[in-house]
Amino acid sequence: MNKRQFLKGMILFIPAGQLLETLARQAEAAGPGKPKPAKPDAEPDMGLGDYQPADHWYGMGIEIDKCIGCNRCAEACKAENDVPQEPFFFRTWVERYRVMHDGEARVECISVNPQQRGELQEDRDVLRTFFVPKLCNQCAHPPCVQVCPVGATFSTRDGVVLIDKDRCIGCRYCIQACPYGARYFDHRTSTADKCTFCYHRITRGLLPACVEVCPTQARIFGDLRSKASRLVRFQRMNKIGVLKPALNTEPKVYYAQLDGEVR
Amino acid sequence: MIAEIPKGLSELLGQVTGYIYPNEIEIHWSILIVVYPYVTGLVAGAFILASLVKVFNVKDVQPTYRLSLLTALAFLLVAPFPLLLHLGHPERSFEIFLTPHLTSAMAMFGFVYAWYLMGVLLLEIWFEYRRDLVVLAGQERGPLRWIHRVLTLFSKDVSDQAVAFDKKAIKAITIVGIPSAFLLHGYVGFIFGSVKANPWWGSVLMPIVFLMSAIVSGIAMVIFLYMVITAMRNERIDMRCLDRIASFLFYAVIVDFSLEALDFIHRLYQSEESVKILGKLISLKLFMNLVVLQILLGMLIPLAILVIARLRHFNEDMRKLLYFTAVILIQMGIFSTRWNVVIGGQLFSKSFRGLMTYKMEMTGLEGLLTALVLLALPFVILTVLVRILPTRRLQDPLPEVL
Amino acid sequence: MKFPEQVRRLAAVTAVVLAAVLVVRFVVIPASYFSTKLHRANAVKREVARPVSFAGVLACRECHEEQFDAKSHGYHKNVACETCHGPSAKHADDPMTVKPYAPRDRKFCPVCHAYDAARPTGFPQINPTAHNPLKPCITCHNPHDPVPPEVPHECSACHAQIARTKALSSHALLECTTCHTASEQHKVAPRSALPTKPQTREFCGQCHASGAANPDAPKVDLAAHGGAYLCWQCHYPHQPEGME
Repeated sequence: MNKRQFLKGMILFIPAGQLLETLARQAEAAGPGKPKPAKPDAEPDMGLGDYQPADHWYGMGIEIDKCIGCNRCAEACKAENDVPQEPFFFRTWVERYRVMHDGEARVECISVNPQQRGELQEDRDVLRTFFVPKLCNQCAHPPCVQVCPVGATFSTRDGVVLIDKDRCIGCRYCIQACPYGARYFDHRTSTADKCTFCYHRITRGLLPACVEVCPTQARIFGDLRSKASRLVRFQRMNKIGVLKPALNTEPKVYYAQLDGEVR
Repeated sequence: MIAEIPKGLSELLGQVTGYIYPNEIEIHWSILIVVYPYVTGLVAGAFILASLVKVFNVKDVQPTYRLSLLTALAFLLVAPFPLLLHLGHPERSFEIFLTPHLTSAMAMFGFVYAWYLMGVLLLEIWFEYRRDLVVLAGQERGPLRWIHRVLTLFSKDVSDQAVAFDKKAIKAITIVGIPSAFLLHGYVGFIFGSVKANPWWGSVLMPIVFLMSAIVSGIAMVIFLYMVITAMRNERIDMRCLDRIASFLFYAVIVDFSLEALDFIHRLYQSEESVKILGKLISLKLFMNLVVLQILLGMLIPLAILVIARLRHFNEDMRKLLYFTAVILIQMGIFSTRWNVVIGGQLFSKSFRGLMTYKMEMTGLEGLLTALVLLALPFVILTVLVRILPTRRLQDPLPEVL
Repeated sequence: MKFPEQVRRLAAVTAVVLAAVLVVRFVVIPASYFSTKLHRANAVKREVARPVSFAGVLACRECHEEQFDAKSHGYHKNVACETCHGPSAKHADDPMTVKPYAPRDRKFCPVCHAYDAARPTGFPQINPTAHNPLKPCITCHNPHDPVPPEVPHECSACHAQIARTKALSSHALLECTTCHTASEQHKVAPRSALPTKPQTREFCGQCHASGAANPDAPKVDLAAHGGAYLCWQCHYPHQPEGME
């Protein structure tokens, strides 16, 4: 019977030391001697000041016909968000599609090879060709959030999917569950990472970095709660498509002039 | 170490065919995640074989009953390690117990595992062994006596009434245990089957296919261990028992094969958006592992061997040889099955336009060496277990207790 | 029903273990640990506290009103300052010591304006190897108000091909009459009054000889360069970068 106890020990007591240490750290992070919220329903301080998350519901519009494939968005994203520079880690990237006369679609990621941008010559075999920026779709019904075993990734009230890097155990189930390849594993922190819509910018009233630098306004950021927002106007003026609608993830990145070949 | 990862990834970049999303170059679930379902499958399969004796009263299989239980325990003890070693933050793994996220299939791991280990397997083993251990402790000297006394929680009661209670308890536990074993492995299948983003995984049949292949592998493993252990002890194999288990194995392989064939035909016939890339995946990346190792060598040939062994009246040695060959091929086949699910599901882009390559590490934490150690560990544990817990029941009537 | 002795022992052990688990869960670990809300609030707090690298156009406008106005009417009116000048939040915080990047060489503008078949029709694109090679874009185009430079076009009615070629060359801004003298008669009866053409190496040397006054023109040592050949045997004067 000591095996029984031993096993329980394995599972419960041995990690207890680490547990206490982590708890102490987390308690410290929560503020020294921080009193529990008076009412259990009270929102804990999120460092947002006057900003009210519940008043917003963010999304992004992408006008494919305006994208010139300059890759400034992907570069700005890496600069703004400390994304590893190697071409295997992207919060946003740009794809170039070539649909050939025989119906075959050829795709390349110009963010992986930026020297490829601005060098595609005329080709009689190409039926149509265009660029498509991609990023986390900030789904309203996100499969990555559903599968996280410890709830380390979550949707904020204003509709942004974030990762709690102090809680992420690095199992990478979320990366497997994302149909859009929008997540990557950050080896520096051993946690998953993804686009946050530049949450630190939008809560200060700035635009996400990729939207800020887009020279042709192919990216439009806005609040779906506000009828006057540019995004709502964009949705009114364009026929809209989202990526992989059949998966019922309810993406909040809306594409205008979305081609059927784009997956 | 961290600086090496991008270097390794740039080598893989040249081996991509077609288009993949840029973040997809890295294969996240390595060989350790192949080992995990393989090991839990053995647990579930071995336990279900043991349950045949108690619930369905298959007396012929009695000689392997205790061995099956110990096999299940030995593999179950190892099951969490591949997961733990794979985590980016293993020190936070306790969060799965303390703050599980209830919509996640993976969050259930802690509870399913703890329940199965403590609520089912250890309890059943305890009730099964208690009488023998009390008796043995009475006869022994030295540390083993103390180990046995502690294991029985110092109970001494071997009266008919007490032993009858043990038997009733075992039966009750087994009845709870079968659905629990189904849960343990069906749930592993669900982890994969519920990923809608991945058409290779996302299938309602996945938990059932996992379960049937688990039963196949578990039964085959017990046959293998039974034959090896009896040979090592210079004992005679109980051929009635062996033939009977082999026939269970035969039926299990048939059901498993039918399910996998159904899954395959269903995909082919429905021919959804992903069918082209999955076809390419099989022909370019998984041909050897899927068609040759899993289906041909791991399933059809063992099936043929089992059919031949049943139809022809071979002598004992010939049958033993055939069974032994079949179970080894089956083990290899089921390991390939796990590989093809776990690694295969990560070798194609979710854009359905390209294929990636998995380059297995050799010596790293998630490398081949670790996997081999983890696969060998249950056998080491089992060796210790059979030393402490005899696989053969003490004969009635009991020798006089001191 | 009376339970046998072993069951009572088992129950005792189980009770101890369970009690230990419950004590750990409810006593040892503070309740705040189980508060998802608190964890998420902390995650949001960390996220919003991250520093900003791109200051945003409004921050730039506070000091650079002039450039902002220049830009606001031109083709680049929707291009943010930091699209070209790079992340400048540090500059906005400390304008004197931290200076933003200002792209001046030829590599930068083709990032957007090099021809690529996938770029939308109507977006201004050039062929960087043929379009006035070697010259920085900003010699002809003001990036804050980029309009195609006014090139001489009085001869283009008849000499359209030459005009188009020259318009993309480093001689783009030169009047045709810089090198050719054409009489009024040439406009009426082109064949009867041909314009002049340069005859000597020294003619090109007026700009290109070392020591010549024109500061923008590339310089060569006429005595050493090209030997006995005339300049236009190697350099096509209407697109002098191309060595035909």
